[in-house]
Amino acid sequence: MRVALFVTCLADLMRPGVAFAAIRLLEHGGCTVEVPESQTCCGQPAWNSGDRATAIALARKALDEFEGFEYVVAPSGSCGGMIRAHYPELFRDDPALQKRAEALAAHTYELTDFLVNILKLDGVPGDFSGTVTYHDSCSGLRELGVKAQPRALLAKLPGVKLVEMDEAETCCGFGGTFSLKFGEVSTQLADNKCGHACATGADAIVGGDLGCLLNIEGRLRRRGDLRTQVLHIAEVLAGDTAGPASAGQPAPKAG
Amino acid sequence: MQLRSNEFKPRAAANLRDEKLQRGLGLIKVKAVVNRASAVAEFGDFEALREAGKVIRDRALADLDIYLERFEREATARGAVVHWAENASEACRIVVGIARDNGVKKVAKSKSMVSEEVGLNEALIEAGIEPVETDLGEYILQINDAEPPSHIVMPVIHKTVEDVADLFHEKHGTPRKTDPAALTREAREILRSQFLSAEMGLSGANFIVAETGSTLIVTNEGNGRLCTTLPRLHVAITGIEKVVPTLEDASVLLRLLPRSATGQAITNYVSVHTGPKRLEETDGPQQFHIVLVDNGRSKLLAGEMREMLRCIRCGACMNHCPVYQAVGGHAWGWVYPGPMGNILTPSYVGLENAVQLPNAATMCNQCGVVCPVKIPLPDLMRKLREEQMARGLKPWAERFGLALWGWAAQQPALYALGTRIAVRVMKWMGGSEKLIHRLPLASGWSDGRDFPAPAGKTFRELYKERRK
Repeated sequence: MRVALFVTCLADLMRPGVAFAAIRLLEHGGCTVEVPESQTCCGQPAWNSGDRATAIALARKALDEFEGFEYVVAPSGSCGGMIRAHYPELFRDDPALQKRAEALAAHTYELTDFLVNILKLDGVPGDFSGTVTYHDSCSGLRELGVKAQPRALLAKLPGVKLVEMDEAETCCGFGGTFSLKFGEVSTQLADNKCGHACATGADAIVGGDLGCLLNIEGRLRRRGDLRTQVLHIAEVLAGDTAGPASAGQPAPKAG
Repeated sequence: MQLRSNEFKPRAAANLRDEKLQRGLGLIKVKAVVNRASAVAEFGDFEALREAGKVIRDRALADLDIYLERFEREATARGAVVHWAENASEACRIVVGIARDNGVKKVAKSKSMVSEEVGLNEALIEAGIEPVETDLGEYILQINDAEPPSHIVMPVIHKTVEDVADLFHEKHGTPRKTDPAALTREAREILRSQFLSAEMGLSGANFIVAETGSTLIVTNEGNGRLCTTLPRLHVAITGIEKVVPTLEDASVLLRLLPRSATGQAITNYVSVHTGPKRLEETDGPQQFHIVLVDNGRSKLLAGEMREMLRCIRCGACMNHCPVYQAVGGHAWGWVYPGPMGNILTPSYVGLENAVQLPNAATMCNQCGVVCPVKIPLPDLMRKLREEQMARGLKPWAERFGLALWGWAAQQPALYALGTRIAVRVMKWMGGSEKLIHRLPLASGWSDGRDFPAPAGKTFRELYKERRK
C-alpha cells in the first residue's frame, strides 16, 4: 500500500519525531511511505483567517503533490480535517478542481483513524509504560470522528493505563491564531485543560494534534509542572517518547 | 442597549480576573451542559430531531414572505392586529404608539430579547411609560440600574445569590436574606401589584404559527402568562424569522428548544396566544397586537448568513462555548453573546462595529454540534472573517503576516531555508530548559505560556539526512 505522509508544518518545524513516528507506524502496518518533498502547509491558518485566496493557492499545491497516492495520512486531525472537510468547499466555484479535491478528501486520513480503520493494526511497536490521559482535539473529534481510534491503539500497549480526564472533549484554547489574538482567553482555556489533565495523576498527556500539545505543554510548564510529559499519540505508539530532544537522533528504523 | 462589542478583548480579560463572575459562570457547566446531555440521552434519536428542526426552519425561511402573509391573515381574522417594523426605531414607535393610544402608564414585560435588541425599555421610559420586567432575572437586572443581560436564557447567570441579596436589601429596603426561595418570594410580592396595575402586557414570541395566526411563548416562571392575560392590552414583539408553517411544526421545535436550552423535556409553561379575549371568554386581553420586527433579518435572508435565521434562541451555543464559559456574556457588548453573537452582532450592527467577534472563537465547533437546528456557526464566522479581509477590517500586522507566510509557503525551497533558520533560532532561544519564555511579536502566547523549543532541525532536513 502506497501512502503519502502529510507531515504537517508543526511536526516539520517543532517536533520532527512525530513524523518519524508516523512513518514507523505506517511501515509497521506494511505501507510504503512516501514524503512529497515540496509540501509545506495545508492552508488552514489562511482559511481560518478569512484569506481564501491564500488557502486556495496552498490547497491547489497540496492537490498537485498528493492526489496521485492511494492514501494520504496526516498525524493531525486539524490538517486532516482541513483536507477532508474543507478542501471541497474551497473550490466551490471551480467544479473541476472541486472534483479533484473531493477525490483527495476521500482518501485522506488522520493517522490513528487510518491505523485502526484501514490498516486494522494488530499491535504497535511502542513500549511506553505508565498512566496516560487523552485530550480529544476539536477538528479530529468533530470533523473526522476521531475518538475511539487512539484509545483502541493505546489499549494495545500492555504498559499503558488510560485515565480519562474531565472534559476531555473541551477545546484546549489553541485555535491557531486565536492563541495569539486572544492570548489571555486562550491561556485560561489551556489552564483549565491542564487542571483536568493533572487531576488524573497521569504521567503523560497524550493527543493527536501538535498545536494543542504545544499549547497544553506551554501552559503546563508555565504552571511549574516540569514532570508531566506531553506526547503525540504517534510517539507513544511508535515508542519514541523522549520528546523534542530525540528528534536529532535517528529512530532505529527510519526512512 | 449601548453597543460595546469592539471592547471585547479588554472586557474579556477583565472578566477572567473577576472571581465572583467566575463562580457564577461555573454554574453553566453544571446546569446547562450536564442537564442538556442527560435530556438528549433520554430522548433517544436526538439527531433525527435536530434534522427535523432544521428542515422546518429552512422550509419557513424558503417561503418566509408567504408564511408571514398567511400569519397576518390568520391573526387578523382572529382579532389580532399585526404591525410591521422595518427597524428598531420603528418597532419602538409602534409599541409606544399603541401604549399612548390606550392611555397606558405601565407595561408589565415578560422576557423578550427582541425588546432588548430594539431598545424598547429606553423608548418607553422616554415616552413617560414605565416598563416593569417581570422575569425574575430581568427584574434583578432592571433594578440594578438597567444592567444588560449576559445570557439570552439565563440573564443573570453572572450574578451570585450574594449579589442578589445585597441588591434586594438595598433597593427594596428589606432585611438582607440569602435564601433563594425567600428572595424569589420577595420579588413575587413586589411584582404581583405590578401585574395588577399594568395596563399593557408585553411578551416576545418563541415562535409564531402561520396556519393559526398564533404567537407562542415558553417560560418557567409563570410571569409570561400573567403578562399576557391580566392587562387589557397584550403586545407581542418578535423577529420576522420566528414564523413556522403549522402548529405541528411548532411542536417539533418545542421538543428541541427546552432540551437544548436548559435540559428540560418541557418548560413549566407553554402558552399559545391566538387573538384577544373572545366574547364568550371571561379573561384575556381586550386587544392583541403583534409587532413583527425586521431590523436586518431580511438582509440576512439574501446573504451568506442566511442559515443564522434558523436560530431558535436556546442559548446552547453559548452554554457549550469554552470562550463564553470563560469570560461570560457581557464581554460581547451587545444583546446576543457567544457564538450566535459572533454572527448576529456584526450582521445587525455592522462588521466594523464588532470586528473582534467573528474571531473570538477557537473554531472548536462545539456550538455547531449542539445547535438544535444545525447552524454551522464556525463556517459562518469564517465567512465573516473573509468579509473582514475583503473590506480591510483586519489589523495591518495580521494581513502582512498572513501575506508573507502565505507567499513563503508557496515557495518550497525558500520555505525550507526559512524554517531551517527559524528552528535554529528557536532552539537557541529555548536554551538548556528547552522552553522559550518570551516570544517577540507573540506576547499573546508567551504572557501566560512557555513555548516548547524545537530540537534545531526540521523534519525535512532530518529525513534527507537519513535517506542518504
